Amino acid sequence: MAILQNKPRPLGATHQFELAILLVLGACMAYGQTKNSCLDCHAALPDPLGVTQEKFSQDIHAQKGLTCTSCHGGDATSDDPDKAMSPKAGWKGKIERKQIPQLCGNCHSDPAYIRQFDPSLRTDQLVQYRTSVHGKHLAVGDSKVAVCTDCHSVHDLRAPSDPRSTVNPVNVANTCAHCHADADYMKGYPIPTDQFANYKASVHHEALAVRGDLSAPTCSTCHGNHGAVPPGIDKVQNVCSNCHAFQDQMYEKSSHKQAFQAAGLPGCVVCHGNHAIAYPTDAKLGTGPDAVCMRCHTPGDKCDQARAALLADLTKLDAAIKSADKTLALAESSGMEVSEARLGQNEARDSLTKARVTIHSFRTDLVNQDIQAGLKIAAKNLQAGKDAMVERNRRRAGLGVSLIAIAMVLVGLRLYIKRIES
Amino acid sequence: MFATLRHWFDERFNWDDLIAPLRHKIVPKHSLSYWYFLGGITLFLFGIQVATGILLLLYYRPGANEAFESVQYIMTQVQFGWLIRSIHSWSANLMIFTAFAHMFSVLFLKAYRKPRELTWVSGMILLFLVMGFGFSGYLLPWNTLAFFATKVGTEITGQVPIMGKPMMIFLRGGEEVTGATLTRFFGFHVAVLPGLATVLLLVHVLLVQRLGISVPPKLEVQWTANPSARREMKFFPNFALREMMAWYVALAALGVLAAIFPWNLGVKADPFVPAPAGIKPEWYFLFMFQTLKLIPSKVWFIDGEVLGVLAFGLVGLFWLLLPFFESDQPSRTKPWITGLAVFALAYVAGMSAYGHLAK
Repeated sequence: MAILQNKPRPLGATHQFELAILLVLGACMAYGQTKNSCLDCHAALPDPLGVTQEKFSQDIHAQKGLTCTSCHGGDATSDDPDKAMSPKAGWKGKIERKQIPQLCGNCHSDPAYIRQFDPSLRTDQLVQYRTSVHGKHLAVGDSKVAVCTDCHSVHDLRAPSDPRSTVNPVNVANTCAHCHADADYMKGYPIPTDQFANYKASVHHEALAVRGDLSAPTCSTCHGNHGAVPPGIDKVQNVCSNCHAFQDQMYEKSSHKQAFQAAGLPGCVVCHGNHAIAYPTDAKLGTGPDAVCMRCHTPGDKCDQARAALLADLTKLDAAIKSADKTLALAESSGMEVSEARLGQNEARDSLTKARVTIHSFRTDLVNQDIQAGLKIAAKNLQAGKDAMVERNRRRAGLGVSLIAIAMVLVGLRLYIKRIES
Repeated sequence: MFATLRHWFDERFNWDDLIAPLRHKIVPKHSLSYWYFLGGITLFLFGIQVATGILLLLYYRPGANEAFESVQYIMTQVQFGWLIRSIHSWSANLMIFTAFAHMFSVLFLKAYRKPRELTWVSGMILLFLVMGFGFSGYLLPWNTLAFFATKVGTEITGQVPIMGKPMMIFLRGGEEVTGATLTRFFGFHVAVLPGLATVLLLVHVLLVQRLGISVPPKLEVQWTANPSARREMKFFPNFALREMMAWYVALAALGVLAAIFPWNLGVKADPFVPAPAGIKPEWYFLFMFQTLKLIPSKVWFIDGEVLGVLAFGLVGLFWLLLPFFESDQPSRTKPWITGLAVFALAYVAGMSAYGHLAK
C-alpha cells in the first residue's frame, strides 16, 4: 500500500491546465527581454573574464539598459560564439587600457546623450582627465596610470552616491591607496607612498571615516578627481580655504602671507602639514615638541613675544572656561538649576574657537578682542555657578534650622503625650 | 477669648455635636498600632500635594513651548520656587510609597474584612488614582525623560484589546505625544483626578470613621474571649498627637530630600530626537514595565504585550475584590490571601529592583 502511494501519478486534467498557464506566462515574461548571450558563457569563466548576471545587474549601466555590446561591440543575440564575437558584428574584444578614457568619454562627453539619463551629470570628465597627471602619463604611453575603470570599477560600477561605490567619499582614499600606497607599483614615480598612512592618522580621516561626516575631505577634495594633480605650493591656500574660509580671510591679512610667498613656502602646509593633518592644539604656539613658530622665528624676537602673548591669551580663556565648567558641574551635581549658565558656556567656547581662528591673522589685538569677549562670558557663568553654590549652602542651613525646629516639636509632643497618659 | 469664640461657633454650627464622634472614637492599642499611621501620613502628603500644587499653578504654563521654561522659571527665579517644586515632586513619590505601604499593611493586618470591604475598594481606587496623578504629573515639566516615558506608557495602553487604540488616542489627544497630550494631562492632573480623589477620600475617611479601626483577627479573637485584655487609646488627643508626630517626621524627610536632592528638571523634550537608551518609567510602574519586557513576544497565538496588559487588568480587578473572598469569621481567615500578599509584595519589590538594575 505504501509503495503504491509513492508511485508517480499521471498528470490530471487540472495539472495539465496549470502547466499550460505556466508555459504561457514564461513565454510572456521572456518576450521583450533583450537576449544577452555574453553572460551565458562569461558567467562560467574565471576572472578577469568572468562576469555573472548578479554582478552585472549591480552595474549602473546595466540598470540604465546598456549591455555588454555597448562597450565591447558584437552581437549578444547570437548563441554562436563565432557570430557573437565577430569583427563583422563590431566586436572589439578586451578594451585596451589606453583606449578606456576615450571609450567612456564617447558617452560621458556627450551632453545630449547623458542628459536622457541624468541631466545634472557633468560631461567634462574626459577633458579634465586629459589635464590630470594620470591623463598626461597615459597620453605618453604609460599605461600603469589610473584610467576610468581603475577608480570606478568595471562591470559592477555603482553611482558615487552608493556607499558601496569605490568612489563614494568614504571609499575614495582606499581606492587611491590601491596604487598610491603600493611602493612596488609606484616604483619609478618620484612621489612618496605614505600618503594614505598619513591621511589615516589625520583629523580629516577621523571626521570622515569615524564620525561619518561626508563633508570632510578625502583625496579628491584637495587633488581633484578626474583632473587629479597635486595642488601646487602657491595654490594650497585656495584648496584649504574651500572649507576653512575664515582662517583663509585671517591669513590673507597676515604678514605670513607675503613672507611665505616670498620664501616659496606652501601656506597652510607649513604649520599644519598636508596628509597627516592633526587636530590643531594651542601647543602649536608653544615651545614644546608640537610647536611650529620657533621652527622659523628666533627666541626673544618681536614675533616670539607676540606668539607668547597669543598663547597666554588662549590659555587664559581655556582655563576660565574650564573653571566655570567645574563650578557649574559641582552646582549641578548638588541639584542646583544652572542649565542657563551651562548653555552660556557654549558662547564662551565659541569665543575661544573664534580666537583660535583669528590666530591665523597673527595679530594680538584682533585675537585679544575675542579673548576678552569669551572671558567676560566665562566670568558671568562662573559667578552663576558660585551663586548657585552659595544658594545651596543657604538651603542646607535653612534645612538645619527647620530640622532643629521639627525635632523640638517632636520632643515637645512626646513629652505632652507622656504627661497626659501618665 | 477662645471659649467665647468657640461658644459663638457652637451656637451657629452645633460644633460640639459635629466633633462628638471624634471625642468618643477609640483606637486599638497593640504592638502593630504603628501601622495605623500610614493612612494618615498618606493623607498628610496628599494635603502637601494640594497646597504645593496650587502654588505651582500660579506660575506653571501648560504647553509644549512654555511648560519646560515655566518650570525652569519656578526653579530659578521664583522665591522658594525650587522648594515648592521639589517638595511637590518628592511628596508625590513618598505619597505613592506610603499608599502602597498602607495597602499592604491593611492586607497583612486583614483590616479589609467584613464590614470594611467598601473601605478597601475605595482605598484601592484611590491607589489607582494616585498612580494616575503620578503618570499625568510626570509629563508636565515636558522634559526628555517624561516625554518618552509617556510615549511608552500610552503605547502600552494602546495594547488593550478593542478599546486600547481609542484609549491611547484619547490620552494623547491624537496619534502621537504632542503639546495636545500635555494640555490633556494637565487637565487630568489638576481637575479630573483631584475631583475624583477628593470625593473618594471623603468616602474613605467617612467609612473609617463610621466603622472604626480594625483589630488584627488573632487579637480580635483573644479580646472577644477575654474582654479585660482589650487595650485602647482615645483617638483625640492620644492617637492624633502621635499621628501629628508621624506627620512632622514626614515633613522633616521631605525637607531633607528637597534641600539635599532638589528634583532635577532634565532637558527640554524634543520629539524629533531619538529616545534615550534604556528609557524607564517611574519606579512605581517599574514592576509592570519589567514584567511586560520579560513576556515573550508571542505566547501561543496571543501577542505577549496584550497578554501582559490583560493579565495586569485581571489581577487589578481581583485585587479590588479581594475582601469578598475572605471569611467573615476572624478565627477562620484564609491563609492563602496572606500568602498571596507576601508573594505580591515580593514580586513588586523584586521586579522593581530588577527593572531598576536591568539595562
